[in-house]
Amino acid sequence: MTSPRTVARRRSGRILAAAAALTVGAAVALSGCASTSAGSTDTSTPSAFKQAAQDDSAPITVWADSTRLPDVQKYQKEHPNVKMNIVTYDGSADGSTYLQTKVQLFDRTGSGWPDVVFASPTDVTWASVPTSPSAQAFAAPVDQLVQASTLQGFATGSLAPCQVDGHTYCLRNDIAQVVLWYNKKLMDQWGYQVPTTWQQYQALGEKVAAQHPGYVIGAVGDTNSQESYFWSSECPAQQLVAKNTLKVDLSSPDCTRMASLLDPLIADKSVSTQGFFTQGFDGSKVLMAVGPSWYGQYLFNSAFKTPSGEIAAAAPLTWDGQSTPATGDVGGGIWMISSHSKNLKAAAAVATWLTTSTENLQAAPTYPAYIAGAKAWLANPVNKDYFADDVSNVFLAAANEVWTGWSNTKFSDATPWSNAVLPALTAGKSLTSILPAWQTAIANEAKSVGYTVVTQ
Amino acid sequence: MTTLQANPLAVSASGPARRPARRRAGLAGYLFVAGYTILLIAFGVFPTGYSVYLAVTNPRGQFTGIGQFTKVLQDFRFGPAFADIGVYLAMWLLLVVVLTVVVAIILRSRVSNKVSSVLRFLFYIPGALAGVASVLVWLFMLDPAVSPAAGLLRALGLDDFDQVLAPGNLPVILVLIAFWTGAGGWIVVMYGALNNIPDEILEAARIDGAGPWQVAWYIQIPMISKWIVYMAILAFAAGTQLFVEPQLLQTASLNRVSPTWSPNELAYVFAFQNGDFNGAAAISIVLLAIGLLCAGLLVTRSGLFKLDDDS
Repeated sequence: MTSPRTVARRRSGRILAAAAALTVGAAVALSGCASTSAGSTDTSTPSAFKQAAQDDSAPITVWADSTRLPDVQKYQKEHPNVKMNIVTYDGSADGSTYLQTKVQLFDRTGSGWPDVVFASPTDVTWASVPTSPSAQAFAAPVDQLVQASTLQGFATGSLAPCQVDGHTYCLRNDIAQVVLWYNKKLMDQWGYQVPTTWQQYQALGEKVAAQHPGYVIGAVGDTNSQESYFWSSECPAQQLVAKNTLKVDLSSPDCTRMASLLDPLIADKSVSTQGFFTQGFDGSKVLMAVGPSWYGQYLFNSAFKTPSGEIAAAAPLTWDGQSTPATGDVGGGIWMISSHSKNLKAAAAVATWLTTSTENLQAAPTYPAYIAGAKAWLANPVNKDYFADDVSNVFLAAANEVWTGWSNTKFSDATPWSNAVLPALTAGKSLTSILPAWQTAIANEAKSVGYTVVTQ
Repeated sequence: MTTLQANPLAVSASGPARRPARRRAGLAGYLFVAGYTILLIAFGVFPTGYSVYLAVTNPRGQFTGIGQFTKVLQDFRFGPAFADIGVYLAMWLLLVVVLTVVVAIILRSRVSNKVSSVLRFLFYIPGALAGVASVLVWLFMLDPAVSPAAGLLRALGLDDFDQVLAPGNLPVILVLIAFWTGAGGWIVVMYGALNNIPDEILEAARIDGAGPWQVAWYIQIPMISKWIVYMAILAFAAGTQLFVEPQLLQTASLNRVSPTWSPNELAYVFAFQNGDFNGAAAISIVLLAIGLLCAGLLVTRSGLFKLDDDS
């Protein structure tokens, strides 16, 4: 049993220690002390890429999401002499920071990095710079590991998120160009014309709300809905105007036009405030959806189980009087190679095979970023059998129309949208009225990771 | 629960033979405490010291004084996270203190012994589930699409899961989860504490004309006040460290719940997303300071560790 005196003694000891710490702290604060950040991650150029001792027979660890897992397993099957550990993880989807968290830890412990990893473009922003002064940037510059001719084979602009300070840090897996999905069977049955402009889209929504209540022509409740709608509208929500300077201007007409277009549709319920991927969303009530190329197989076929031959894709919507079409991009994965790999040769080989080999890409789950692979993919009937029309031309055209003003940033655009906008929409507020709160949320996120935020 | 032996009631209940306590230093005694002490130093004292070091330095190991603290204080997520946990703690502490004591008194005095033991067992069961499992149970309970209580949720105007997880509802949801898992154990402890009150005292009170509520208010609650303080300290400490529950809700809600809802989550984001272990350590130290301050106040005000022969 502790005696009260020792408790008292201990307590006063603690108070003394605390007081001492405070005094020292205050003294140091007054005398002026070192900066709280290391000051290297933002300002200095990435430290030189130092290879680990190479061993051509060293096993490589590959991290993939469940969607790309079969591709990696296929590679292993065809290359049995390569020793591979295949690990499934969330693939950094929906703003997950699992990979970043793990790499931070591996950087501190000095081991454990995967050799090849599937991730989202956002990850390149932190993986291309060291996480601490003593660490080496996780991503290896692939331009030093893969032939230049291979890199030139990717669709225009698709490697842009990979490029930092003149180096390319990833290979793009797929493009997720936003198109207009619609249920052709229902549209024909009800005698509706497929809209080509946003104004027609709005008019159709109002018609659907009146004539077929319960059916929707879109949803804004997913973590990535802003990329389908506001990116397509060329809204400068997160535009890098200089290194580390981010333009966030949701009061721009390019943003408000989309908010005021959607508000009446949200009010009459022809655009749902739930997400398409919300548990229990009724897919049979979806007449149209503005969304990425992977909606076809992953939303309509797998999640909604819409029968084959009903769903078709149309070109991205434009605004009245708009000369050049623009569209958004929802995800689209990348592959990175670890700069710590002991077997860069094998790591580069598997990453290259996954992103460029026709054999793999013709049966890829999503639209390949590598041009030859995309052509093979579109030529493969399996990828198109499900649809009511040939989606090839729509996909090919939209892939070149992705607006480049929505920058790849160090924070995920899913966080401000999901935290600031979606709960307010659920509570019944209008998008237009939420724009200022969204602006603040994006600016706060941006500042917290070191961007200077401007509105011009 | 060896601390409880400090209570005079427990000692008197243990038997009449009371020998003067003598301290004898022996190897066996040190060996017995050695295992715990080593683990405590390795996993309690050392990490605390390390985080104090991290909180006053930068990644290069240079001294920064209170720089890290002012930095995290100015972060846009700091205020909301501490406000969230403050609201949660106020609700949770009030609920756990009032309800567990009331339920324990009713079980002790107003319910037959058999029913009481069955109820105590039932109350305790959810506590056997780990935090994660209980959150999963509640995720089902709170989703109107699958919940057995969907009718109730709809009657409250909550038609889908997104509406249930509105920011204003989160403290209530987290208190529900915490109460459901944690209260049963405390009811059992309070019941045990009430058992230590000699029947003669209660009998005397009754003869003097005290009704059941007067007995509870003037006899039972004052006599178990130390247990109540003890419960408040532990519940407060556990409450400030809330992490798993909001983190899981955040994942399950597909990001609608803020990833930095509680201070512990904010520290996690600082460390593992921003790579700022020093800022994360500063937040942890702030939490530690608040916890120590509140525990210190409660301990000194209530005389929790005061011994009988001390006066």
